[in-house]
Amino acid sequence: MNLIFEKSRTGRGCSILPKSDVPMYSLDDKITRKTELHLPQVAEVDISRHYTQLIKRTHGLNNGFYPLGSCTMKYNPKVNEEIASLPAFKKIHPLQPAHSVQGCMEVIANAEKYLCEISGMDSMTFQPAAGAHGELTGILMIKAYHEARGDFKRTKIIVPDAAHGTNPASATMGNFTTVSVPSNAEGCVDIEKLRELVGDDTAGLMLTNPNTVGIFDKNILEITKIIHDAGGLNYYDGANLNAVMGVVRPGDMGFDVVHMNLHKTFSTPHGGGGPGSGPVGCKKFLAPFMPVYHVVERDGSYDFDMPVQTIGSVKAFYGNFLVVVKALTYILNIGAEGILEASQNAVLNANYMRALLSKTYDIAFDGICMHEFVISLEGLKKNTGVSALDVAKMLLDRGIHPPTMYFPLIVHEALMFEPTETESKETLDEAVDLLLSIYEAAQNNEEQFHQAPLHTPVRRLDEVGAARNLVLRYQF
Amino acid sequence: MGSYIPSTLAERKEMLASIGVNSLDDLYVQVPAAMKLKKLDLPVGKSELEVVNIMEELSLKNKVFSAIFRGAGAYNHYIPAIVKSVTSKEEFVTAYTPYQAEISQGILQSIFEYQTMICELTGMDVSNASVYDGASAAAEAVLMFKDKKKPKALISGSVNPMVIRTVQTYCKGSGIELVVVPTTGGVTDIEALEKMADSTVSCVYMQQPNYYGIIEDAEKIGEISHSAGAKYIMGVNPIAVTIIKTPAEYGADVAVGEGQPLGMPLAFGGPYLGFMATTKPIMRKLPGRIVGETKDVDGKRAYVLTLQAREQHIRREKASSNICSNQALCALTASVFMTAMGADGIKEMANQCLSKAHYTAKSICEIKGFEMKFSGEFFHEFVTTCPIKTNILMAELEKKGILGGYPVDDGILWCVTEMNSKAQIDTLVSIIKEVCKG
Repeated sequence: MNLIFEKSRTGRGCSILPKSDVPMYSLDDKITRKTELHLPQVAEVDISRHYTQLIKRTHGLNNGFYPLGSCTMKYNPKVNEEIASLPAFKKIHPLQPAHSVQGCMEVIANAEKYLCEISGMDSMTFQPAAGAHGELTGILMIKAYHEARGDFKRTKIIVPDAAHGTNPASATMGNFTTVSVPSNAEGCVDIEKLRELVGDDTAGLMLTNPNTVGIFDKNILEITKIIHDAGGLNYYDGANLNAVMGVVRPGDMGFDVVHMNLHKTFSTPHGGGGPGSGPVGCKKFLAPFMPVYHVVERDGSYDFDMPVQTIGSVKAFYGNFLVVVKALTYILNIGAEGILEASQNAVLNANYMRALLSKTYDIAFDGICMHEFVISLEGLKKNTGVSALDVAKMLLDRGIHPPTMYFPLIVHEALMFEPTETESKETLDEAVDLLLSIYEAAQNNEEQFHQAPLHTPVRRLDEVGAARNLVLRYQF
Repeated sequence: MGSYIPSTLAERKEMLASIGVNSLDDLYVQVPAAMKLKKLDLPVGKSELEVVNIMEELSLKNKVFSAIFRGAGAYNHYIPAIVKSVTSKEEFVTAYTPYQAEISQGILQSIFEYQTMICELTGMDVSNASVYDGASAAAEAVLMFKDKKKPKALISGSVNPMVIRTVQTYCKGSGIELVVVPTTGGVTDIEALEKMADSTVSCVYMQQPNYYGIIEDAEKIGEISHSAGAKYIMGVNPIAVTIIKTPAEYGADVAVGEGQPLGMPLAFGGPYLGFMATTKPIMRKLPGRIVGETKDVDGKRAYVLTLQAREQHIRREKASSNICSNQALCALTASVFMTAMGADGIKEMANQCLSKAHYTAKSICEIKGFEMKFSGEFFHEFVTTCPIKTNILMAELEKKGILGGYPVDDGILWCVTEMNSKAQIDTLVSIIKEVCKG
């Protein structure tokens, strides 16, 4: 389809602003822009239709099942959006005096109280705008903690080989060296290897539990103790928190600092890549290192507090406030019992799919899983030539968003399914039936699989060509 | 009480039976019993109607001002109605990052269009798909030039203090020594910069217009940076840049900025949008997602995430940044905003900001005791002195529903946009006159 620029016609436009009611002022010619500015010239109806055409080429949660592992694509309640659109939230300038933003501060304070209870932490910052941003914040807090004790030799962050790519990348942004700890045969941290790796250069460990193969690491207390005994701190990557809310808390597993993804676990939408929100919670002893603008209650009203040994700021202002509003709305709505029910049913749905698929597909690290599970198509590929990518592309033609592909790296030809709690039994049944029929079809239709998808707005793309012949903007 | 789980209790039982366990608790066998939580200390769930009432009540504890003369990093602009209509479409709101390009062309094309518009605004060659906000974009830009042989980076003291603090935080983590260049008369001290810019400096960051609203001699700062062998990063206001020289015209290597003025509400500070653009030779250092054009197997034009070899999911600890998501929905907001405004509309907006700010400055400075603190030309913000305690003036303005300028140092940083009518401005001035009379 055409780009909005290709729909542009000279002289067309929308009428938005009134004429200026003050005398026009002109800047000195020396500082004015000389380069022509090309923006589309279109009528409002053109805009409306252009984007309607674009959504027809976009798969949202409303279009169908979205079992994208590690991303927790649960349903995004519409009431959250309504509340986030209230004028008395939207029209608030972030630098209004404290007495005029008590409602916003109470939103943040309540969200902190509830999320601390869910995660087992004492204090929380909402400044980080995403999970990776939270990781950076946590890493900088760990660094500040060690340095405040005059301990400058802790230069290493330990990360499991199955970890999300953001973990080692975040450690690098804190100027740490990443040390990879291997997984054992059960897909969990190899405790003996971990013991060998720790020392007085260990700054901390970054871990998600359940881990990226969907297994709850039952040795977690021993793992976090090994790190603590070596003088390091434990960072919890909250990407997989949706499995265990109300069941077990990172704070009770021995973690000192955690981030949560409000856009995964707390039902705020992903927006095609953002905005998200990645609040970071910590134990009391780390609270002095939190970013600036911590909301506190004093004598019945709210104000900002400046943590004494703050790491500074990871963005302007106080975080993605409207996303926090949505998450708070969700928590109030489902309440204590609903939080637990959400996790239990996320785990139920994953195990149900796993159980039905396990007779046909190879489940990596089979057994009761948490909220997600990984299948390996290594065997299928060897026998039929049909890869994980081919199966994913075949799913596209059937209206299902494929699971996460080729992750974690420790499983070959991996497909990672996370159905979430907001899918019905019949949705899971349909998906399972489809996956079983695809397995059957793969046995003697290799070429058909390589051709898939056939019915999507575009078919397989030349990614190599895109990177070789870079076209990164429209040329006028 | 609220629940978004469709399966019935009977279905859950059936599912448990298929798995071969008796209860939901049995699914948590791997969790050591001693660690398990007894009960979450949270309120019980409420109906949708109750939650709406609670949240509405909470929002009403905020004060919505009918006139806003405050900016300092967050700007009150008109948002055309079509913007919300487009950006609330469920597919755009709920989709994930467009990994599966075949069913994500809508999002990918919208980002490609956004990248084009950011290149047009800034005059630069290549834009990324956006980052968290203007401050983190500034920090990411400085980190692009991390270099063991050039351990220092310079940032002008006339940059928004929140941006300076964010860049400082990132630099400290990353091991870059960030040095603040002093200001004189509200602008970067050029002589000081000339002394400080040497071969140990990897990059120089300045903001145009600066924190005090002043349009700096950005050409000169660029020349000094380049002759010291440092890269030149400019933080720009996306509305101002439509009428003031572009970063490209000033010779910048990287242009970043806060995209909030492009259609995002004030929203107590977020979500906003960080834009980042650079030149072709430097593009491989850009962090974050980038969308490129390609073809599908049938030869159809299509869009895809590209240059992914820079990114964390491929490079892990060697990635150019840890950034994973962009602010796609905010980038879409900016695109729809720019499309609805058009080039003439957005320039008109910029000119009205400029003109109304000058009208306001002139009117305020006619009041005894008020004068411009700095002499430099400005865009839509300016600093005046104030003969009385600023909090007294602000409180009086607040009584009339006006959010006055932001108190900085011993003056007031005012901001005026197209949202402020002449009548509003005249009211503001008459109240100030009244309050400061005695």
